Amino acid sequence: MFVIAPFLWALSTSFKDFNSVTGGAKYIPWLQFEPSLEGWSVLIRSQGKGGVNIIEPYFNSVFVTCSASLLSIIFGTLAAYALSRFTFKAGFIKNNDITFFFISQRIMPPIVLSIPFFLMLGFLGLLDSLLGLILVYMVLLMPIAVWIMVDFFNRVPKEIDETALIDGCNPFEAFFKVVLPNSIPGLIVAGLFCIIFGWIDFFFAFILTFTKVQLLPVAIVALNSSVTPWWSLSASALVSVAPLIIVAFIVERYLSKGNLSGALK
Amino acid sequence: MNLITENLCFKPEHEYYLNDISLEFKAGNLYTLLGRTLSGKTSFLKTIAGLQPVDSGQITFAGKDFNSIPVWKRNVAMVYQQFINYPHLTVFDNIAFPLKQRKMKFSDIQNEVSSAIKKVGLQGFEKRKIQELSGGQQQRVALARSLAKKAKILLLDEPLVNLDYKLREDLRNEFKNIFSGDLSSQSILIYASTDPLEAMQLNGNIIVIDEGKILQHDSAKEVFENPSNVRVAEITNEPAMNIVNGSIESKKIILNKDVQIDLPDKLKTIKPGKYFFGLRASDIVLDDSGFQFVVDLAEISGSETILHLHQDNLKFVSLINEVKNFNNRDKVMLKIMSENLYVFNEKGNLIFSPFKNK
Repeated sequence: MFVIAPFLWALSTSFKDFNSVTGGAKYIPWLQFEPSLEGWSVLIRSQGKGGVNIIEPYFNSVFVTCSASLLSIIFGTLAAYALSRFTFKAGFIKNNDITFFFISQRIMPPIVLSIPFFLMLGFLGLLDSLLGLILVYMVLLMPIAVWIMVDFFNRVPKEIDETALIDGCNPFEAFFKVVLPNSIPGLIVAGLFCIIFGWIDFFFAFILTFTKVQLLPVAIVALNSSVTPWWSLSASALVSVAPLIIVAFIVERYLSKGNLSGALK
Repeated sequence: MNLITENLCFKPEHEYYLNDISLEFKAGNLYTLLGRTLSGKTSFLKTIAGLQPVDSGQITFAGKDFNSIPVWKRNVAMVYQQFINYPHLTVFDNIAFPLKQRKMKFSDIQNEVSSAIKKVGLQGFEKRKIQELSGGQQQRVALARSLAKKAKILLLDEPLVNLDYKLREDLRNEFKNIFSGDLSSQSILIYASTDPLEAMQLNGNIIVIDEGKILQHDSAKEVFENPSNVRVAEITNEPAMNIVNGSIESKKIILNKDVQIDLPDKLKTIKPGKYFFGLRASDIVLDDSGFQFVVDLAEISGSETILHLHQDNLKFVSLINEVKNFNNRDKVMLKIMSENLYVFNEKGNLIFSPFKNK
């Protein structure tokens, strides 16, 4: 009930208009209120016609989230494999310290990172750009990928890599031909978390963009005005959460498919 | 095609994993590396495979410096005690994996894989995923992969240890058949085991290893009959050989104040003094004319009973060739077969064996 109820509320509200929202608690269309498409049409109407176009911010969000997640998974997986399989030592810094360094990026409150990010992107001329956001999101998402994949690789028996080496693979082949195909569930989980955390971020999307580039969470907040348009906010919330639900449903099938039970009984 | 290791040493922290190991392995021979857990068996096999570095020492194979050749170019096959396979591949693809790495023709791969599958008795399982196989079948896949590769060095690291008793017996017999086939004439087989019985059954050359050091390297018969020291005597017997501190005085072997045995004729050449005496568990038998011992623990193992006994400070393990029920603290009379006693000097080295001095 706690999962479904907010969705049903948002779905119901998205088909209301001003009168239906302000006229007391009403939930069932046609019986309690007359459904209206106003909340949805605002999202695709141009600004000249009183709408708030979220299509461009939507695709910006898709592009930034997917690119940052993909890059984070690629680099994060390689880093995690190295941290899982090789021993690093530089003075007092060892493997666990390096892993903690990655995770520490997520421990700090975002506000702490915002000023350095703002200054760095300003210096690189990447403020208010998709590339700048992708770079920042990589910093935020890669720790998740590293964290999940280190744990996953630690559970993949090292002997599998060794057997691949003995069977004629060089270390790169062993990783790509043997370790990676057996790590698909971990990759999917890490990818899913990266997409979720990238998609829902508002703070950095708000701080690091101005006029040229806008991401979906910022566009949704921009819908708000002196009178809160609950109907269009609800519609945009549903639109925003839809990709995550679709991805989760697709991914769920693959999560149960791959496992390592036959690697080391 | 000899494999030679010279003065291999590996001491990553405070303990030696490999301690000055110098051995020569000849093609066509089976070598059993026998040692307790953490004795350095796996480290040694991994060093030969190239998976573990060494601090010093040289490995030469067929006259070439093996240290400088990376793992994937060594043409070595290894079967682990865990059943290591590639879970994302079918049985066929698992076995074909090393052959595909060599970029062999598909028809040749098919022939080699079929032949290996036949050897390990997995016909009909080619399209199965690894997860759909039992433990024994998974280990057969691992073995088939190493056989299909036709490696010049085949390393088997306790391949039967994680299998149940019956399967272990079956596979051990199959191993003997596989090893005695054409493969054995071209390859060096090194089989690591903790089980002395297994080592004796395989009947190859036995290398006894402990704390990273080679204690004895001889034929199975020689190691069994003449263990070079007390540690070898313990490692190569199951239950471990009883080693007790005692002395020879006034034509008697004195093990404690109550257990004193007349010195057998063949031991009369040994000078009086302090010694370690070794006696196999099967050489302590129930006999009313013997000494009284107290049962600490009785274990029934198959058709035998293993008794853990003591009398004062003297502790023995006895192997009775029948199933009998004993309670803890039962008093039993046991005869020590003194003609089968081994004698080791105070440093633990063998000075008398009942076999050598027959």
